[in-house]
Amino acid sequence: MTEAPLLDVEGLDVVYAGREGTTHAVRDVTFTLGRERLGIVGESGSGKSTTGRALLGLIAPPGVVTARKMTFQGEDLRALDDEGWQAMRGRRLSMVMQDPKYSLNPVKPIGEQIMETFRLHNPGRAGEAKGRALAMLEAVRIRDPHAVFARYPHQLSGGMGQRAMIAMMLIGEPDVLVADEPTSALDVTVQNEVLRILDDLVTARGMGLIFISHNLTVVSSFCDRVLVMYAGRVVESCDAKALDNAKHPYTRALLAAAPRLDDPKADLSVVVRDPAWLA
Amino acid sequence: MSAAAKIAVDGLEVTFKGSGKPVRAVQGVSFDVAEGAAFGLVGESGSGKSTVLKAIAGLIAPSAGAIRLDGGSLGARRTPDERKAMQYVFQDPYGSLHPRQTVDRALREPLAIHRIADADARIQEALAGVGLDARHRYRFPHQLSGGQRQRVAIARALILSPSILLLDEPTSALDVSVQAEILNLLQRLRTERSLTMIFVSHDLAVVAHVCETLAIMREGRIVERMPVETLRAGDADQAYSRELIAASRGYVRRENVDAR
Repeated sequence: MTEAPLLDVEGLDVVYAGREGTTHAVRDVTFTLGRERLGIVGESGSGKSTTGRALLGLIAPPGVVTARKMTFQGEDLRALDDEGWQAMRGRRLSMVMQDPKYSLNPVKPIGEQIMETFRLHNPGRAGEAKGRALAMLEAVRIRDPHAVFARYPHQLSGGMGQRAMIAMMLIGEPDVLVADEPTSALDVTVQNEVLRILDDLVTARGMGLIFISHNLTVVSSFCDRVLVMYAGRVVESCDAKALDNAKHPYTRALLAAAPRLDDPKADLSVVVRDPAWLA
Repeated sequence: MSAAAKIAVDGLEVTFKGSGKPVRAVQGVSFDVAEGAAFGLVGESGSGKSTVLKAIAGLIAPSAGAIRLDGGSLGARRTPDERKAMQYVFQDPYGSLHPRQTVDRALREPLAIHRIADADARIQEALAGVGLDARHRYRFPHQLSGGQRQRVAIARALILSPSILLLDEPTSALDVSVQAEILNLLQRLRTERSLTMIFVSHDLAVVAHVCETLAIMREGRIVERMPVETLRAGDADQAYSRELIAASRGYVRRENVDAR
């Protein structure tokens, strides 16, 4: 990478203090993000979503986020107050969640929701809102933007809802998009269409994308680089294409545990967890 | 249809009638499964694969067609013996286990319904069969991990010694490492008890691991039936099957991004 990274994170920690002791959800995570597709993989509870949320200042108390360094285009994210985050989120840093059913407002038409987001980020340009919303729906390859504009979320299929979500997140024209399992609730054929949209956005707009997923096949085929998380830590970081030749025993075990179409096995190998991975 | 079929589905139709237009969820579906075989039903959401499974179990009434068990046609209502012979495992064990009942109670229920004596010994045996022990017996579902809960659901199905296991996405809610454990468990149980299985999943690699033959469904119909070798080789006859197989192999980047 020749230019400065979009995101530069060093020693990120997220700790939840509870009655039954503290949970160290993210431990000493360090990475940089350029204008690329960075995958974060791991199993449930590995801290991958928490890492994504911490980047957007979405960790609510009692969660505590600390880092040695956390900058976005040179700006220190650790120093942001609520107002600072408001200005940052949506406009420069954005997030797409797994299930559009839960992240869209069920009692408001899609178009209204996208226009609302636009007006929020561009207070003086309310007049352009409708045109921009329709253009965004078109950009995520919705064939009939006018029809979808007027529909409520329950009138859309899963793939259509997820496209509408992406349109809404992109209308502020962020430089970095954090997508948390954006395709996991979708059928495989629809999944690949949504990936194609994200892919083109990264390529065409020069956006940085953090792609969080539990699916090794999707991450290795879609991303440029991959971070593998285990128990809050990044245990391995490699080129996505080289994931099949991963070195860390956890990554290797995870790959071996997944059934594969091209590699029949009588028994799947089971992940035997080594306490040394936590050290 | 071969005489040896353990379970045979012939011209199955399921139509849901509501306030709007009737929905033909399953249309003309036929297949048979030999004793001890594992048959996969794959397809995307809304393809009707789960509806077929529910119709076999008697949870949904078919509007036409026949379902035969050991050569004999099943009626509109399952007899206790038929219900005992066919047991169901659902996708989400958290949703299918009663949150306020212990594992012991969940396993005792089917025994009570079918008036089977010697419950204590059977519960112990069923837990051991799925790799759980006495420590788990008096726990509530929320005190178990996802994999342990699915083991309980499998134990509950097997406690009646069924000959057929109907599995609806039994590993889709699980992490890949836990999925491996559950798939290995199902394979072992299948061999030990010569179970016949019908396995519904959207995950082609999982179906290929478990089943010898499978059918790809779309919009209520079977698009194509194939042996697992055809699936692995990816040389299906129908364009839709090939598309599905290609899509499940991962994302393919276009090298030269065109202007759409």
